[in-house]
Amino acid sequence: MRAHRSSVVVALAAATAVTAVAGCAAKNDGKGGGKGAIEVTATDSSCELSAKEFPAGHVRFAVQNKGSQVTEVYVYAPGDRIVTERENIGPGTHAEITAEIKAGAYEVACKPGMKGHGIRQKVTASGKGAGAKRDPKLDAAVAAYRTYVQEQADQTLPAAQKFADAVKSGDVEAAKKAYALSRVGWERTEPVAESFGDIDPKVDVRADGVEKGQKWTGWHKLEKSLWEEKKISGDDKKLAGQLITDLKDWQKRVGKAEITPTSMANGAKELLDEVATGKVTGEEERYSHTDLVDFQGNVEGAEKAYELLKPVVGKNDPALAKELDKQFKAIRTLLDDNRDSKSADGFASYDTVGKDDRKKLSDGVNALAEPLSKLAAAVATTK
Amino acid sequence: MTQDEGMTGTDGTTAEGRTTTEDGTAAGGSTAAADGTTARAADGRAPSRRSLLGWGGAGLALGAVAAGGTAAALRTGGDAQPAGADATSRSAVAFHGRHQAGIASAVQDRLHFASFDVTTDDRDELIALLKEWTKAAARMTAGDTIGDGAVGGLAEAPPDDTGEALGLPPSRLTLTFGIGPTLFEKDGKDRFGIKARRPDALIDLPQFPGDNLDKTRSNGDLCVQACADDPQVAVHAIRNLARIGFGKVAIRWSQLGFGKTSSTTPDAQTPRNMFGFKDGTHNLAGTDTAALDRHVWVADGEAKGKESWMAGGSYLVARRIRMHIETWDRTSRKEQEDIFGRDKGEGAPAGRKHERDTPHLKSMLPTAHVRLAHPDSNGGIRILRRGYSFTDGTDGLGRLDAGLFFLAYQHDVRQGFVPLQKRLSANDALNEYIQHVGSAVFAVPPGVRNADDWWGRELFA
Repeated sequence: MRAHRSSVVVALAAATAVTAVAGCAAKNDGKGGGKGAIEVTATDSSCELSAKEFPAGHVRFAVQNKGSQVTEVYVYAPGDRIVTERENIGPGTHAEITAEIKAGAYEVACKPGMKGHGIRQKVTASGKGAGAKRDPKLDAAVAAYRTYVQEQADQTLPAAQKFADAVKSGDVEAAKKAYALSRVGWERTEPVAESFGDIDPKVDVRADGVEKGQKWTGWHKLEKSLWEEKKISGDDKKLAGQLITDLKDWQKRVGKAEITPTSMANGAKELLDEVATGKVTGEEERYSHTDLVDFQGNVEGAEKAYELLKPVVGKNDPALAKELDKQFKAIRTLLDDNRDSKSADGFASYDTVGKDDRKKLSDGVNALAEPLSKLAAAVATTK
Repeated sequence: MTQDEGMTGTDGTTAEGRTTTEDGTAAGGSTAAADGTTARAADGRAPSRRSLLGWGGAGLALGAVAAGGTAAALRTGGDAQPAGADATSRSAVAFHGRHQAGIASAVQDRLHFASFDVTTDDRDELIALLKEWTKAAARMTAGDTIGDGAVGGLAEAPPDDTGEALGLPPSRLTLTFGIGPTLFEKDGKDRFGIKARRPDALIDLPQFPGDNLDKTRSNGDLCVQACADDPQVAVHAIRNLARIGFGKVAIRWSQLGFGKTSSTTPDAQTPRNMFGFKDGTHNLAGTDTAALDRHVWVADGEAKGKESWMAGGSYLVARRIRMHIETWDRTSRKEQEDIFGRDKGEGAPAGRKHERDTPHLKSMLPTAHVRLAHPDSNGGIRILRRGYSFTDGTDGLGRLDAGLFFLAYQHDVRQGFVPLQKRLSANDALNEYIQHVGSAVFAVPPGVRNADDWWGRELFA
């Protein structure tokens, strides 16, 4: 949990502002899809649109499901960010979707059976304010990263459920074993996860981060009960249920996070910042000492973002790519040095990691995070 | 601890005799003086400096002016010079020269000393880093930012320079680079193919009686000594070098220092150490080129064969010396004075009247610090000290974590620090009040000659 806003959040705020401006402009000149809705005809195997080009602004989509399965319709911005979506459109029913859409390229997807990539159509919102067209490689990287983020959220739920079930059944030992592993997906995607400013304080806040009037909930409260108080209270059992509810909310909304190539790059760096300020000091998991599990999760998430951006980085700044390859490898080796096959999560308890080894880990983090801080520049400029 | 009495009083160089500075001092200082004085006054620091000069006597003013290479100016009048002295403390010290700056250069007010472990095994990568460091050091000592600066560059990326020295003058920043024994060989491994070139003079220091060395405050593969008149400028330099070095080097330990404990300008007011005593009255003068050649610089003829790369260099011993402040403060003045062999007020040697009077060693206790450290007690051994006081808050027991960060340069550690410290650690009455808690030794290569040269070139090229 971080005290300050991540770059993803900043990007989200900026994007919202741009959208709002575009919307106002459209209304002022009386255009912006006001004449009528764009008709979307969905079947079990097709997704037809009455118009694939429309003015930016306030846009309405009138969906008709002519298929045999329940469907859902999504509007995606580049990088697969969900601009708007409507689920549960039953066979033979109508639905209307509205959104403020700024100029640019989008995709509309119908998803018969409400799953998968969907049947997609490329559409264009025209008008002033269309940003410079991004390198398609970067759009692909962002889209793939978003898929990764969604996967992590999806995989977190069953792991968190296992943890919550153990808490609910009052089984301290089982809950302890499930604790660290339930956090891995969250830790891997922390900058994106944290961009939902309402969810993060509920699930990942530490004792020192609880604000006045805020009830301490989430993983770390339960961590304290399990390791410090060594018992599970009735309230803890309720909190376990709340944790699942909050994580489900995150899982559902994660696709809407604004992710850009630079926010992805800086997000990778922020994951290492998390390690540098919270994990390497043992502050994050002060009761359970499972910091190395989080550490590994943060590094894996950062590496995923980097790997996806690498086709561009390798071209723009080959020396940086070489250095990052080397340092990711080095930090993985360092983490491997701290494994413990006897522990439930595979890593040594951080309170058993000595001063010298902590220094090595800290040096390793600096060695990786410093070049990682240059990643955004390498994807922001096209050479 | 300190080697007091670096020279006998009769050897003292006079202000009039010192018309040139060592080659580390830039002539460019006067440029900074022109526009600098008003800004200095505006930031509120100048008045305190002036008031210090006002009652501290002309000594400090003379020393400071001389340090800027404008010794001639001082002849026009002592007390009229504070503005000039003030401006001098803002100026730049030349980075290039036969010797590295920061050794014989007039001692600045502040220190940030850093010891680094080299974390890469790649010789080329180490060399590339040394080149990059040298380039950054040249820029920072001139008062410039590094890379694309602190505010340039892309909005999405962190700036190259960390920026906390923006708007600050060069502040006589010097960056002095050294190489520790472990760079040549560590755990029996010739790490960078330079094992055979380790100089004999770069010994592993012996264990001295009373040492209580903390390994996390000792040794290191490389070191950088940053001295400046503004602590922020010194810290900025180390911080940025560390940042450039991440992945190739890691800071092993570092030490901040204030209140220089000795000066290399013999007529400057002798600073007091944390025990309240003037110490280092007769340090080697940065302007006494003959003495420097004899005691500090590695002579061409001395640097033979495998050591040829050290010609013009020096050897540095760094010791973190903790002072037991509270017990010292409960010690009677008489005992304090007996321990040092000086009086507390004037700083005069025992039985003498004035600070710079020739010490009469036999008037002192046999265990007196000054007596034991004096060249006459040590076969004429002299070292150049430029240590600093430090106070790192308190130690968790409520005791002031303070002392002396001792820095001494000499042409051969075996003839300099080692015999001196052997004598002191065995006999010095001061030992009851001090403890050596950190230790390191470094070979300090000769100066960077020009813009194409770099730290350690002679060793690696």
